[in-house]
Amino acid sequence: MSTWIARHVQALLGALGRLARMPLATVLTVVVIGVALAIPVALALVVQNARVATGDFRNAIDFTVHFKLGTPLARAEQLARKLRQRPGIDTVIVTPAAQALQEFRRNSGFGEALAALQDNPLPHHLLVRPLPEHSTPTEVESLRRYLTAWPEVDIVQLDSDWVRRFNAILDVLRRGLWGGMVVLGLGVLAVVGNTIRLEIQNRRAEIEVTKLVGGSNAFVRRPFLYTGVLYGLGGAGLAALLIWGGVEYLGQSVAALATQYGSKFSLAGLTWRDTGTLVAIGAILGWFGALISTGRHLRRIEPRA
Amino acid sequence: MISFDNVSKRYPNRREALSNVSFSIGAGEMVFLTGRSGAGKSTVLKLIALLERPTRGTVMVNGTNTGTLPSRKIPAFRRQIGVVFQDHKLLMDRPVYDNVALPLIVADTPLREIDKRVRASLDQVGLRDKERALPSELSVGEQQRVGIARAVITKPRILIADEPTGNLDPELAMEIMRVFKRFQEVGVAVLVASHDTHLIDQFGQREIVLDDGTLLSAGIAVSGEPFRISATAPPMPELPNIEARR
Ligand SMILES: Nc1ncnc2c1ncn2[C@@H]1O[C@H](COP(=O)(O)OP(=O)(O)OP(=O)(O)O)[C@@H](O)[C@H]1O
Ligand SMILES: [Mg+2]
Repeated sequence: MSTWIARHVQALLGALGRLARMPLATVLTVVVIGVALAIPVALALVVQNARVATGDFRNAIDFTVHFKLGTPLARAEQLARKLRQRPGIDTVIVTPAAQALQEFRRNSGFGEALAALQDNPLPHHLLVRPLPEHSTPTEVESLRRYLTAWPEVDIVQLDSDWVRRFNAILDVLRRGLWGGMVVLGLGVLAVVGNTIRLEIQNRRAEIEVTKLVGGSNAFVRRPFLYTGVLYGLGGAGLAALLIWGGVEYLGQSVAALATQYGSKFSLAGLTWRDTGTLVAIGAILGWFGALISTGRHLRRIEPRA
Repeated sequence: MISFDNVSKRYPNRREALSNVSFSIGAGEMVFLTGRSGAGKSTVLKLIALLERPTRGTVMVNGTNTGTLPSRKIPAFRRQIGVVFQDHKLLMDRPVYDNVALPLIVADTPLREIDKRVRASLDQVGLRDKERALPSELSVGEQQRVGIARAVITKPRILIADEPTGNLDPELAMEIMRVFKRFQEVGVAVLVASHDTHLIDQFGQREIVLDDGTLLSAGIAVSGEPFRISATAPPMPELPNIEARR
């Protein structure tokens, strides 16, 4: 057992030593693997952060109900009271046309031009906000239909449409992410496999002699598997560093931006658990790439006398 | 220890390198394998070391039929045989110590045991003080002796050597042969392929003669006394003589 451990330690040290003896090639390979691993992880973080950022108003679905011009304010207020009786309604705010016009004058900068108007072109309107727990798509839809059915109502506007669209885009991205991860994972396998193939070629004489004196395929393969694992670990470590650096770098400006919009949002990076998973995936990809490569290329090297 | 029974070997797309060759070698025998270049000497050794399998016939080595041994058992099989190559096949970028230790390392031998055996093995070939040197820092004869130390470190019962004295001066060649002789004296079956008839004559051991893939003479075992001329294999000062006797 201790011999077995000693052999593995020896294979590991041997692999480390060989990598250290050709630093440039090793660094290049690790960088390629690191970038290939960092890309999908960074995308995943973007999607995750975007979901968190939009999460605040995800359920805050507001309706703006515009009445037809000429609808009396009393009628609008009556309907508002009726609406407040409905279950699942959080708030209903009545904005009379006069007030809407005043606000519009103040905010739009068209004050002078609007003053010239004889009649108020704006209708009375309601702001309707359902309770968050009653904001499922079906409930929202049924509320919309209920509001539209009133004869006094001109337009029912659902203010959360853009949030929905944004979330839909995120969903597409998230799904695309899986595809991207698979492709880049295969890329890592190819990079490790090819690097190992070159190393097998370089060490052909050594492999032949080892087999000549009775080294089994498993014995010959061992150091290459360690090399693959080391590449994977190195690449994953670099990817984690890149992500960590990126989050540090962007975090401040994102937080500042969020504060401007009155949000407490801050950019989330990788948790320790995420980092562990990333490193494990890197190691497994490296090992598997080496396994495939040695399986294909080692068997062909048979000793000749 | 070694027996060939009607063995033929055909390399891919080639005529037969060996045709119906039969002979056997017992434990503690030292045998020379001779014949012109291309006669099939290396082929015989490759069949014994299971670097090749026979096309026809049976090769038995240490109780194993090499023709039917599953591939995955070949490494363990090779560990029972010591092989010395003409081009010694040393790892030039590793110290002598590592080269000699390799057969034990691949057999997962405990480190302490390896240490002991490497020293003993280097002692046997008189290279104890060179264990840290790289093969490139050694003379050709010393490199050949490192190859022998590596071949015998597993204490094999069979030792085979392909032209081990090929490019050595006569004195060095003689010295190498004496090393082989010592292993024979402790019961190892030794088979040495060589066309150095002069050297072979000096040892007077049994001689197996090949010519163009066929067995010309299987020789007769010389028991006990070294340096006596074998009965059926008369001295052959020049290689053309083999041709003449056909
Ligand atoms: N791997 C191979 N593939 C095809 N033919 C081969 C191979 N090895 C040897 N041969 C052929 O088989 C025949 C016997 O070769 P072998 O190497 O056994 O001769 P040898 O007696 O060892 O010669 P030498 O004294 O020159 O080493 C030769 O004709 C050679 O060309
Ligand atoms: Mg030969």
